[in-house]
Amino acid sequence: MAPEQIRSVILDILARIAPDEDLSELDDSVPFREQMELDSMDFLDIVMELRKLYRVQIPEEDYGELVTMDSTVTYLTPLLKDAESTV
Amino acid sequence: MAKDFLKDAKDEYDVIVIGSGLAGMTSANILARQGYSVLLLEHHYQLGGMATWFKRQNGHIFDISLHGFPYGMLKSCRKYWTQEIADSIVPLKGVRFKNPQFSLETSFNREDFTQLLIEKFGIEPETVKRFFDTARQMNFFDDQGKTTRELFEEFFPGRDDVVRLLMEPISYANGSTLEDPAITYGIVFSNFMQKGVYTFRGGTDRLVKLIKAELENNGVDVRIRTQVEKIEVSPDRSVTGVIVNGRRIGCKAIMSNSNIKGTILNLVGEEHFDPEFVEEAKAVRLNNSSTQVYIALKPGDELEYCGDLLFHSEHNGFDIEAMLSKNVSSRTFSFYYPETRPGSGRSLIVSSTNANFSDWADLPEEQYEADKKHLIETTLDCLEQYVPDIRERVDHLEASTPRTFQRYTQHLQGASFGTKFEGLKVSKELPDQIAGLYHAGSVGIIMSGWLGAVNYGVIVSNDVDKYLTPAAARI
Ligand SMILES: Cc1cc2nc3c(=O)[nH]c(=O)nc-3n(C[C@H](O)[C@H](O)[C@H](O)COP(=O)(O)OP(=O)(O)OC[C@H]3O[C@@H](n4cnc5c(N)ncnc54)[C@H](O)[C@@H]3O)c2cc1C
Repeated sequence: MAPEQIRSVILDILARIAPDEDLSELDDSVPFREQMELDSMDFLDIVMELRKLYRVQIPEEDYGELVTMDSTVTYLTPLLKDAESTV
Repeated sequence: MAKDFLKDAKDEYDVIVIGSGLAGMTSANILARQGYSVLLLEHHYQLGGMATWFKRQNGHIFDISLHGFPYGMLKSCRKYWTQEIADSIVPLKGVRFKNPQFSLETSFNREDFTQLLIEKFGIEPETVKRFFDTARQMNFFDDQGKTTRELFEEFFPGRDDVVRLLMEPISYANGSTLEDPAITYGIVFSNFMQKGVYTFRGGTDRLVKLIKAELENNGVDVRIRTQVEKIEVSPDRSVTGVIVNGRRIGCKAIMSNSNIKGTILNLVGEEHFDPEFVEEAKAVRLNNSSTQVYIALKPGDELEYCGDLLFHSEHNGFDIEAMLSKNVSSRTFSFYYPETRPGSGRSLIVSSTNANFSDWADLPEEQYEADKKHLIETTLDCLEQYVPDIRERVDHLEASTPRTFQRYTQHLQGASFGTKFEGLKVSKELPDQIAGLYHAGSVGIIMSGWLGAVNYGVIVSNDVDKYLTPAAARI
């Protein structure tokens, strides 16, 4: 998957986790937590959803990489380079 | 011939979940949604564990543990269950305190507590703000040595009345004391203070019915009246299956929602663990148990509003020993108005106290019955001041004790709120001892209560999912 596709996968997951948030204004360089109400359970949901969709394993020590959209996409790009897009 | 409660069950599943408490059911649901085949085994004839209810003559339905939970439950139910379940979560209107030090009603959230602490208790606004911020920022990784007592001493030295306001509801909610780590207090208190106390419209029976439908919808094989006797472990220490109702069923992973100590010491057996781990498990302290008195008014008799939750005490000062004493001086009343179960026309009251298992465990039968009767009578005496003529209005009366809780939930010593803090570490380290063996359920104070149990079920399911997703599949 290309970085743009990964971005829309993440957006999709976020929309499911936080249906009341307006994601159209999301700033990719600012931490998610500063733009929307996300708690540690929500991050767990993102990790589980990615594992379900692409069987990608994100170790606990890497959760810190999921802080902004930019850092998330950068982190996932090599891991998902051979994955088929689902969106 | 006895009914086969495992009729048509398969011989092998990906995951077996032992116990249908909120943590067990939530794990089963999450893991089924992740695509695994899941078998859920519950020894009781009803799902829910402590999240339970019972029916009596004239159609009265009593809830055991539906007194209130934090707002976070709404979000968790939406994410891990269904929108319909989340939509039934509604706020309580009022929480009351009545004791020799103060009498007040509150919406039990940060805003209202801030106002009370400043105006009624004369605390500096700055101190109140710092206290709330400190509690809110606490997390699992903070200093675990600091006690709740030290936290209160730091902010409200010598203010027993403030401690009571801040602590009494939490002690009732999860059995914690001033000696427990400050972080356990901070996390639970902040969860409540976020938006106040919530309940489930339609009662626990409706919740569990909706949950069961969703479990089946996601393909979970749900079985009641199935007692797991043994967890089967291979010589190289991985789980291979369970023995349930005398039958062996194989699996790749097990999620035990049974008591953590019982899981290790009884279901698996100490010989399968490192001796140090067994010692650690044995040293885990259980939380206290409870007594409850269930009071139903005559059908159609509508209870006038007197708050949803009422913390009543005749004791001077916050005193955990007094709260646990069989010589009851403190009670929590939960008032269930007809809208709890819309259309039911029923008003019910449940009075709860914290209690020591040892005070009730070994009473001779005659004494036990007499003590239960005494508990009911003194509860009515107390209730009279809030609900005049209560004795004439009553249609059904009954009491439960730590013995009752032990019998129905199989928790050692009838523990109502799982274990003290150290239980969380043992629970988390279980899979390091035996591959594929996981535990989720009330442990460590912060993982207890409806919200704690649901969320812990999700957290541990993530670990199970990680374990079952082979590394080779990594792309
Ligand atoms: C009196 C009382 C009042 C409470 N009030 C509140 C409240 O107002 N708000 C709140 O949030 N929380 C409250 N709680 C706490 C809350 O109910 C519990 O923390 C929560 O429900 C526990 O869920 P759990 O997943 O840990 O499992 P449990 O509810 O403990 O369930 C475990 C299940 O496993 C089953 N089981 C055990 N061993 C086996 C076996 N070998 N084989 C098959 N099945 C087995 C048991 O039968 C049980 O169904 C209250 C608790 C009590 C007792």
